[in-house]
Amino acid sequence: MDIQSQYLIIENLNKNFGAFQALANISIEINEGEFVCFLGPSGCGKTTLLRCIAGLEVQTSGSIIQNRELISDLPTSQRDFGIVFQSYALFPNLSCFENIAYGLQSLRWARKDINQRVEELLSLIGLSEHTAKYPSQLSGGEQQRIALARAIATSPNLLLLDEPLSALDAKVRVHLRQELKNFHRRLGLTTIMVTHDQEEALSIADRIFVMDGGRIMQSGTPEEIYLNPKNPFVANFIGMTNFIDGKVSSSDSIKISEKHITIDGHGFQKGEKVRLAARPEGIQFTTKKNKKTFQGKVKDIEFLGSFLRIYLETPIIPNRLMIADKPMFGNADTSFEIGDSVNFTMSSDFLNVYKCDH
Amino acid sequence: MMLGSKFKSLSSDKSDRIGKLLVVGYLVLFFCFLVLPLFALMSKSMQNADGVFVGFENFAAYLQDPALFKSFFHSFFVAVVSTIIVVTLGFLYAFALQCTCIPFKGFFRIVSLIPLLSPSILAAIALVYWFGNQGVMKELLMGQSIYGPIGIIMASVYWTFPHALMILSTSLSLSDARLYEVSDALKATKLKTFFTVTIPGAKYGIISTTFVVFILVFTDFGVPKVIGGNYNVLATDIYREVVGMQNFQMGAVISIVLLIPALFAFALDQYSRKRQASQLTSRAVVYVPKPHKLRDRLLLSYCLFIAVLVFLMLGMAQFGALVKFWPYNLSLTLKHYNFEVAGLGWSSFYNSVQMSLYAAFFGTIIIFIGSYLIEKMRSDKSLRDVLQMIALMPMAIPGIVLGLAYIFFFNMKENPLNFIYATMIILVINTIVHFYTVSHLSAITAIKKLDPEFESVSLSLKVPIYRMFFRVTLPVCLPTVFDIFIYLFCNAMTTVSGVIFLYSYDTTLAAVSSIHLDEQGDVAGAAAMAMLIVYISFLVRGIHTIISTVLLKRTQAWRNI
Repeated sequence: MDIQSQYLIIENLNKNFGAFQALANISIEINEGEFVCFLGPSGCGKTTLLRCIAGLEVQTSGSIIQNRELISDLPTSQRDFGIVFQSYALFPNLSCFENIAYGLQSLRWARKDINQRVEELLSLIGLSEHTAKYPSQLSGGEQQRIALARAIATSPNLLLLDEPLSALDAKVRVHLRQELKNFHRRLGLTTIMVTHDQEEALSIADRIFVMDGGRIMQSGTPEEIYLNPKNPFVANFIGMTNFIDGKVSSSDSIKISEKHITIDGHGFQKGEKVRLAARPEGIQFTTKKNKKTFQGKVKDIEFLGSFLRIYLETPIIPNRLMIADKPMFGNADTSFEIGDSVNFTMSSDFLNVYKCDH
Repeated sequence: MMLGSKFKSLSSDKSDRIGKLLVVGYLVLFFCFLVLPLFALMSKSMQNADGVFVGFENFAAYLQDPALFKSFFHSFFVAVVSTIIVVTLGFLYAFALQCTCIPFKGFFRIVSLIPLLSPSILAAIALVYWFGNQGVMKELLMGQSIYGPIGIIMASVYWTFPHALMILSTSLSLSDARLYEVSDALKATKLKTFFTVTIPGAKYGIISTTFVVFILVFTDFGVPKVIGGNYNVLATDIYREVVGMQNFQMGAVISIVLLIPALFAFALDQYSRKRQASQLTSRAVVYVPKPHKLRDRLLLSYCLFIAVLVFLMLGMAQFGALVKFWPYNLSLTLKHYNFEVAGLGWSSFYNSVQMSLYAAFFGTIIIFIGSYLIEKMRSDKSLRDVLQMIALMPMAIPGIVLGLAYIFFFNMKENPLNFIYATMIILVINTIVHFYTVSHLSAITAIKKLDPEFESVSLSLKVPIYRMFFRVTLPVCLPTVFDIFIYLFCNAMTTVSGVIFLYSYDTTLAAVSSIHLDEQGDVAGAAAMAMLIVYISFLVRGIHTIISTVLLKRTQAWRNI
């Protein structure tokens, strides 16, 4: 990786709240112009990390370097960033114009320049006609865009987004997700977004940092994260996953309840106990019954539009139901009802192998 | 590269530094004007007349004096009886306003709040005209004297009624409609619903009201002074020991005897308020009462009855002030408004208005900024916690105790703040401290409603917090700021207990004058002065309403769209 392009470097960052460790030795690098997401369940430390970058929380130890300058000891007001919060925090008593101009006025810009800049921003976000309105007169999506315009009005070099879409309706959210992405493409602004919504992160980010318990569990492109989750947490958090216990029988095969399944280069020793993570879409139903197929009994079927979600009782996952997604218009001869016995295979493309930790 | 070690302190924002300085400033002020005076009071209680430390000797002397000790039970008795009556009457009234379909609710609400605008002694004076030795309805007492527990209890019920009503109304307004629907669905009778839904829902409100009214009556000075006769209570004992007998040590001892039950009741009240706060979930549905003929008629007559009583008290005080020579010559005159006693006349009225304006103006600024610091400062959590704790203290401290503590502390020759003694400044400061807590809590409530990220946004845009405070925080909270102003003004106009020891010849106050006029036998003059306070409070409240409607229309336009 080219050292020049590393815009933000975080080294060994720790943050404790009393006895609770919110961030544990975080070290990450973010490239100039990149759109990254901090993704994780609530309480994983993603917002704390963002707030440390902004100087709104003070790290217990570690350093943050932005644009080759050590910023971790600078107060918020001396750092270079714009921020959009989940609540937008628009000033209710100021009009849209005044909200966007808020930062410019304190920089003592000339009135003419302020007007020009605000109008430019309003047209960029497509809300030129709302100049004089108060935030409460706008929809949630419009408020979000005003907050975005306010954040970038002073032309910061880093944009921080703290769950900016989670207060919106599902439809608006998907639409604004696209807008945010276009926006980023046009401005090329280094952007960090915090979110707990994996779909959002997968669809928008260049790179995702999956977090849990104050640690980075994995970083990588959306494809890498989805297809090759490095650990069971990521496999389970991103998308749906069935965990299956197995035992390594050779360098390219794993035994699951008396059946062998071929997986190349899993990297475990023969005889080792492992956990397999199987994606629901990697489970294929078949009418044939042979030594490669597994058996199960259909306990429930959910209709989810383009596919059916099948809940299976199967000996390979004791005490829990296996989830399998079956395309609506797939193989016609494998239709079945609740209570039917079925055969299925598992595609190794959708299988990942982990060390068994119990 | 391990640059940020935990030993390295973060260079702070200018806003943070200003905030920290202010927090320390507030702590210093609270120390000078609350903590140290109370400390002076306590040390005084353990000294003899020559200022030598004697431990608990004074307390032992107090316990051995049956006359003094009796006052404790007197105070306790009138407080308990008044509390029972006020909570019962107030609950019925609040129930009528919140949970029934009686007409004229707005009118009844305003009427019930009228006693807040008058000094507590107004009720005592009115009662003298009704039931005193020459009272019109003296026979109703069947030979009992109004001067004593009966008078104290009646007047106390009058002036504490609005305090009880405000808390009870709030707690009844929090009732969840779904509970009533469930009760209906389970075929419970109206009466059963009342006892299983309404009363339990208002439980903490009732408990809180009990403590608040108890403290108010237990520590009140004005009413027992005017109508108590020979029935001594703790507050009048303090006054007599200090002003009459110059026995400051015994005054300090009785103050502490008065303070302890008040602190205890205050702590219990805080506890029950916390329980109440967690009761209402955000998913609760507001209860909308349905008409019920019998209940509504009964409660309408009840409300009318209470309203008539309020007007009878107010009307009698005004009538008494206008009558030439009660009860022999009932023709009307304005001569009682001449206040011929030196130092107790119009000048005291102007002093009061001036003092109240100062207290309201400076108090509002100090209280609002203080609440903002406690709620929004980012660092120094422990300092802010101390500040918050101290800000709650004044509510627990009886005015007369605070006043006495001020004498002890500021009258000391070696105190560098001695220069404020016997000036307008000490009256203003005492009043602000005395009424700090309620205003502080309403400011905190308003500030809590602001988005917690406003400060973060401002800092990220390089706008200092103090500029944001004037641009956003203050304008958004303006309605609350106005409310605090008027609350402080009305209380400063009517307060007696806090300032009775602190005024000088040049700074007599209207409510205090009213007491002294009564003391000198000029009951009509006392009534006239008390009514002047009512009128100025009405007037200022009226101006306040006009200004705030006009101003709020301009600054709060964003609210009503």
